[in-house]
Amino acid sequence: MSEPVLRVEELRTHFFTKAGVVKAVDDVSFIVNRGEVMGLVGESGSGKSMTGYSLMGLIDPPGRIVGGRILLDGIDVIKLSGEEMRQMRGNRVAMIFQDPMMTLNPVLRIDTQMIEAIVAHRKVSAGDAHAMAAAALSKVGIPSPEERLSAYPHQFSGGMRQRVAIAIALLNKPDLIIADEPTTALDVTIQGQILYEMQKLTRETGAAVIWITHDLSVVAGLADQVSVMYAGRIVEQGTAEQVLGRPRHPYTRGLLDSVPANNARGARLKQIPGMTPSLLDLPPGCPFRERCSYAQSDCARTPLMRPLTAGQSVRCHHPLA
Amino acid sequence: MSALPDTVIVEPLATGAATETPLGRIARDFVTNPIAIFGIVLLLLVVLAAILAPFISPQNPYDLAQLDVMDSRLEPGSKALTGGTYWLGTDDQGRDMLSAIFYGLRISLSVGVASTVLALLIGLTMGLAAAYLGGRVETLIMRIVDIQLSFPAILIALILIAVLGQGTGKVIAALVTVQWAYYARTVRSAALVEKRKEYMEAARCLALPPSRIVFKHLLPNCLPPTIVVATVQVAAAIALEATLSFLGLGLPITEPSLGLLIANGYQYLLSGKYWISFFPGVALLVTIVSINLVADQLRDVMNPRLQK
Amino acid sequence: MLVYIIRRGLQSVVVLFLMSVLVFVGVYAIGNPIDILINPQADQQDRERAIAALGLDKPLPEQYWTFFTGALHGDFGKSFVHATPAISLILERMPATLELAFAAMLIAVVFGIPLGLWAGLRPNGIAGRTIMAGSILGFSLPTFWVGLMLIMVFSVVLGWLPSNGRGPTVDLFGLIPVSFFSVDGWRHLMLPATNLALFNVALLIRLTRAGAHEALLQDYVKFARAKGLTNRRIIGVHVLRNILIPIVTVVGLQFGALIAFAIVTESVFAWPGMGKLLIDSINVLDRPVIVAYLLIIVTMFIVINLVVDVLYSALDPRVRLTESKG
Repeated sequence: MSEPVLRVEELRTHFFTKAGVVKAVDDVSFIVNRGEVMGLVGESGSGKSMTGYSLMGLIDPPGRIVGGRILLDGIDVIKLSGEEMRQMRGNRVAMIFQDPMMTLNPVLRIDTQMIEAIVAHRKVSAGDAHAMAAAALSKVGIPSPEERLSAYPHQFSGGMRQRVAIAIALLNKPDLIIADEPTTALDVTIQGQILYEMQKLTRETGAAVIWITHDLSVVAGLADQVSVMYAGRIVEQGTAEQVLGRPRHPYTRGLLDSVPANNARGARLKQIPGMTPSLLDLPPGCPFRERCSYAQSDCARTPLMRPLTAGQSVRCHHPLA
Repeated sequence: MSALPDTVIVEPLATGAATETPLGRIARDFVTNPIAIFGIVLLLLVVLAAILAPFISPQNPYDLAQLDVMDSRLEPGSKALTGGTYWLGTDDQGRDMLSAIFYGLRISLSVGVASTVLALLIGLTMGLAAAYLGGRVETLIMRIVDIQLSFPAILIALILIAVLGQGTGKVIAALVTVQWAYYARTVRSAALVEKRKEYMEAARCLALPPSRIVFKHLLPNCLPPTIVVATVQVAAAIALEATLSFLGLGLPITEPSLGLLIANGYQYLLSGKYWISFFPGVALLVTIVSINLVADQLRDVMNPRLQK
Repeated sequence: MLVYIIRRGLQSVVVLFLMSVLVFVGVYAIGNPIDILINPQADQQDRERAIAALGLDKPLPEQYWTFFTGALHGDFGKSFVHATPAISLILERMPATLELAFAAMLIAVVFGIPLGLWAGLRPNGIAGRTIMAGSILGFSLPTFWVGLMLIMVFSVVLGWLPSNGRGPTVDLFGLIPVSFFSVDGWRHLMLPATNLALFNVALLIRLTRAGAHEALLQDYVKFARAKGLTNRRIIGVHVLRNILIPIVTVVGLQFGALIAFAIVTESVFAWPGMGKLLIDSINVLDRPVIVAYLLIIVTMFIVINLVVDVLYSALDPRVRLTESKG
């Protein structure tokens, strides 16, 4: 296999707040291969979005990347200058956000917001940029793109706005798209359409995708690889079949069990007891041990990521069979 | 439960705070900000100077027997013929500026506070009436408020003075008219929020008398924002009165407020005798700034949503 | 849009009518109209003739009608002092006031918005904190006293700028006398305009800072950054376009306030505008001029409010005109 498009090694992003250090991303490593979809799964507050922002260089103070490497085609983007970083953003790596109602600027027309994304990265004539924008809109399934270009965001529905956001992300043919829960805020039927659209578009363009979500059913249909995050760390990694079919970490098991469809009808829904721990001054040891029914005394030692079978690895002292 | 150490530790603190009186909490929160402490100390000094003016002033500036025209327009620090020192100089009639400022503070503060209290009472009544009665009464009151608030205070005050004529009572009337609308608006919006809560529904279902609903439930909830507005408005009223007096349309010469002192010094400013205007202006500024600092902090500690 | 403008226009007419009733009631009913409208120096014969001429012996509604129709034609009676129609006295002074107000607004915008933007982008920096502390002072300082201090520093101590009056004027379009074409005009304009601008500089700083602060937290800014836009474009286009809507609204509304506050500044700097005319008229009880001033400034306010409302709906693509309340 060729060199992966993205290789993240021991990434740490910490937030230095008045109350203490929040280790939002703590020792996260993963690989995204060309054209593949990696699902990054976790509850809210698990650090999955912060991982995405770290990749984009969009961490604001008091947050800071304090360690690790982010190798995009072999180049460490953490070491890039501000301007080089800007040139990378939206060009080599694009990002789509959760709430399409909020991501488009309400007072600027769609064409303005699309064309600026093109001219930020290359010199094209106004006419060409306009044509590219229209083509991108039609590619994401927006009818009569020429007319819609001169509309304002509020004249679009939520699903349509997310399509516009996807069109903007695809404008510069990025190698990698980071999709931060792009379907969560949408109706279920629209969710399906957007998922389908994304799948089709990434296959066409060959872009790799990091799909950040808390929804395992989305990952099941979409992802090639899956990484499960908990309390700022990746706790399980593998192919989608491995992780979803035979989870080895108790947390992943718990997540799968709490999906209603996986429970027998009439049976009581399973849930993971307790809450995600506060990331502020997290004590050493396995952060999941307080909620884990398999926990033993050695779980007070911090577990390391370790490979189990080909491609599947887990951060647990007592992996499930 | 052991997964939630934070909440367990926080609980006794929370119950501790619940037994504390709201006033105690406000006082405790208030002193957390050094700038606010500075403001309130400054304000206390100003108020003390105003109250104690007859006792701490080197002379009674309005007892003509104590004034000597020979001492007029002396620079700050000059020696008086009678022996004392004019620390802030004298005005055109040989009046000690420091004493004049103490007395002026007294007048400015009392006019500001009096008009604010009156306006507060009227605004509170109107706001509560609008919120509780609703319907046409509300529409009428709020329309008047809206129209009035779309014009600057100075303009309304000048219109009233122009129509009513001059005099202390008329100036206060003008200040009250300018201010009441702010309270009416604040009280109404606070009362409306409270009125929509479920316990109000319950109170109405229990057929509690309206007076009980208004005074026991609506009023107490309107007080915090109203107090904040009132603090800001005292400063605004003092500034407005000073402006009117400066324009010669405020208090009569028999009631020399800070504004009038500043106006008196205006003509001497061009010949370099700055102190006659400068020091009363500084006193005015200190008063307004200290009130605003206190108001800023009050706004923060009284707004539960802003609590960190 | 047209329906909206017409409806707002009608509302304005109603407000104007109400204000005219209020002014009428204030001047004619509460005050003694004979004292107010007839020169106190007139002899008994003149008084009676004037009472008859003004119709003060007639019932109030009829008097109002006379007042109202007169006002509609711009007839507010003659000034006692100047013996010319009150309305023309005010119109004569209006350009000076408008010039002062425009200059002040220009200063407020040129300083207030960039400073506010700076404070909003770096809220915790020393510059940001200093700017905010300065803006609190700008709110607290009484305008007239700042005016005096400006005179003291720049005219008396430094001797750089004149302390009062307006520079030589030339007629713009052969109609409106303006003073900003000459250096001397600028020198005269500088201090009063700065004085008048001060409050609005503080206001715009606060408004811009709050707006920028809020806009920066919005997802669209994050998305704009994710698109790889330059900071200049994000702040200059994405942030500024969003906060411009409230700013334009406030600048518009404050323009009316500036005309009103010019009363104080004009008095301090002896600027020959309509505000100074009002104070002079109040001092000598020149009532027709006062009434004319009041109705003119009320009209100006109502027109400004109307224009700002329409402008607001034109600026914000989200505002649905049919939904907006009057």
